Amino acid sequence: MPISADVFTATARGKRSGEGPSKVQLSVRSLSAHYGKRLAIRNVSLDFKPRTVTALIGPSGCGKTTLLRCLNRIHEVTRGASVSGVVELEGQDIYAPGVDPVAVRRRVGMVFQRPNPFPTMSILDNVVAGLRLVGECRSRGEKLEVAERTLRLAALWDEVKDKLDRSGLSLSGGQQQRLCIARALATEPEVLLMDEPASALDPISTAKIEDLMSTLAERYTIIVVTHNMQQAARVSQETAFMLAGEDGVGELVEFGPTTELFTRPKDRRTEDYITGRFG
Amino acid sequence: MGEPAFRPRYRVGDRLFAWALNLSTWFYVALIVGLFTVLLAGSWLAIKSFGLHFLVASSWDPVTGHFGALPFIFGTIVSSVIAIAIAAVVGIAAAAYLAEFAPPLIARPLAFLIELLAAVPSVVYGLWGLFVLAPVMRSAIGPAIQSKLGWLPLFSGPIYGVGMLTASLILALMIVPTVAAISRDFIEGVAVDQREAMLALGATTWETVRRAVLPAARPGIFGACVLALGRALGETIATTMVIGNRPAISASLFAPGYTLASVIANEFTEATTQVYISTLIGLGLLLFVISIVVNAAARILMHTVLRNVEER
Repeated sequence: MPISADVFTATARGKRSGEGPSKVQLSVRSLSAHYGKRLAIRNVSLDFKPRTVTALIGPSGCGKTTLLRCLNRIHEVTRGASVSGVVELEGQDIYAPGVDPVAVRRRVGMVFQRPNPFPTMSILDNVVAGLRLVGECRSRGEKLEVAERTLRLAALWDEVKDKLDRSGLSLSGGQQQRLCIARALATEPEVLLMDEPASALDPISTAKIEDLMSTLAERYTIIVVTHNMQQAARVSQETAFMLAGEDGVGELVEFGPTTELFTRPKDRRTEDYITGRFG
Repeated sequence: MGEPAFRPRYRVGDRLFAWALNLSTWFYVALIVGLFTVLLAGSWLAIKSFGLHFLVASSWDPVTGHFGALPFIFGTIVSSVIAIAIAAVVGIAAAAYLAEFAPPLIARPLAFLIELLAAVPSVVYGLWGLFVLAPVMRSAIGPAIQSKLGWLPLFSGPIYGVGMLTASLILALMIVPTVAAISRDFIEGVAVDQREAMLALGATTWETVRRAVLPAARPGIFGACVLALGRALGETIATTMVIGNRPAISASLFAPGYTLASVIANEFTEATTQVYISTLIGLGLLLFVISIVVNAAARILMHTVLRNVEER
């Protein structure tokens, strides 16, 4: 592995080079993504600020989830999928040759649309699953310590502290999703990707997840895909609007501070979308 | 009031369909009960003559009228257990490779080939075992094992070629396709979000398979192994050709043995006395009962294992 890729090894986990006044956590340059021969997103460039919630909005099929999945290199897991362009995590291109996608994913965590706790693991083991991968958290004491810290962060601790040995599936959908958030936080990523994390949940659970995003943004860089514009307006400081063009390929239309994008959109298409004229 | 608003429509098709389903289900229940009754009736003479002693007696001499089932029970269970132990490891590994690691260009023909292997008649496996595996066992595999592990009673004594180990290997070979083909379906059926959940935590492909995919597919894999074990327990012709057909219990896996199915197939045409015939039918009843008990035990085991994890 070349020297430039050293920061993507497991040993660098938790180390944050952005201690200084870094303005950009994650920088996307001319990113295009394919599924087989089909182009899904074209030439997307934008910068994600540290400790900020950035929302990716747009109608179905605009490529917002694809963009999100390119940021932790999980897009390429799909058979036939490919990516071109540059994604820099604190100045390091995660698509540079020699970079191990496994190491990238340890620094860029992800929460999925449908809660997906591991059904054969207890709540406790779900939380520490990522740490167990690198041989940490062997003893129950260590597990409990990590579980309490991350489950408190995910606002789930009080609800599950007495049943940590029960299956993750014994929880409600909203609790499962917060468990998945705790699981993603346990490996101490710098960036947390969230793919419509509340779309499968009831309004109360949704509100909890949204509150959580704001709290987590004090420590993490959060990028959230949502089809719900109100949600984007509520939780994010920055918003990117994506839209599929005539040829069905997703492009970035507008990107800026959330209040500006929702009150004074620069692009005609953004205005049409946020005023509900399509999508 | 007039006509009720939601008057039921008389649906002939639905009723016929329900009856057809009922009938075919109960037909099999009746068949199993019938089979059991016939076996019990046929072996009644033997049961009356030998009682429970039949199960623990180990001498088998039809000429003098000594009938003991223990060597056959031993042979059946030992050969099947060794076979499933080998086949589970190989079959699950093959299934995981085909479903997760092999490029599609290789995976598809390979999967087809494995399913084809499941369709090869067992007499062909038996022939191959007798003419290829047994000689190799006698001249190469057996001596090699014995030179290293000969101090174990398990690998002591003369190597005939045919014997318990050869039979177990042939059985394993026969049931690997069953384990692999069914397990592969279940491994492929594990939801994408489970895989991605593990990958997103920074797992390698291998870790994802081991920690997320295989656990999620466990009930199906377990079912595949139970099915394969059932096949091994009842396998007749291939075992008969390579196990050596000697009704003796030996600690050594190189020694010849005998199974319930083999002795029935071998001796039924020679059974001259009523009690001899009745004894062979009794062995059939035993095989029937062992198969059911093993299946039930496996299912109970699976349920406890799964409940332990899921309902804790």
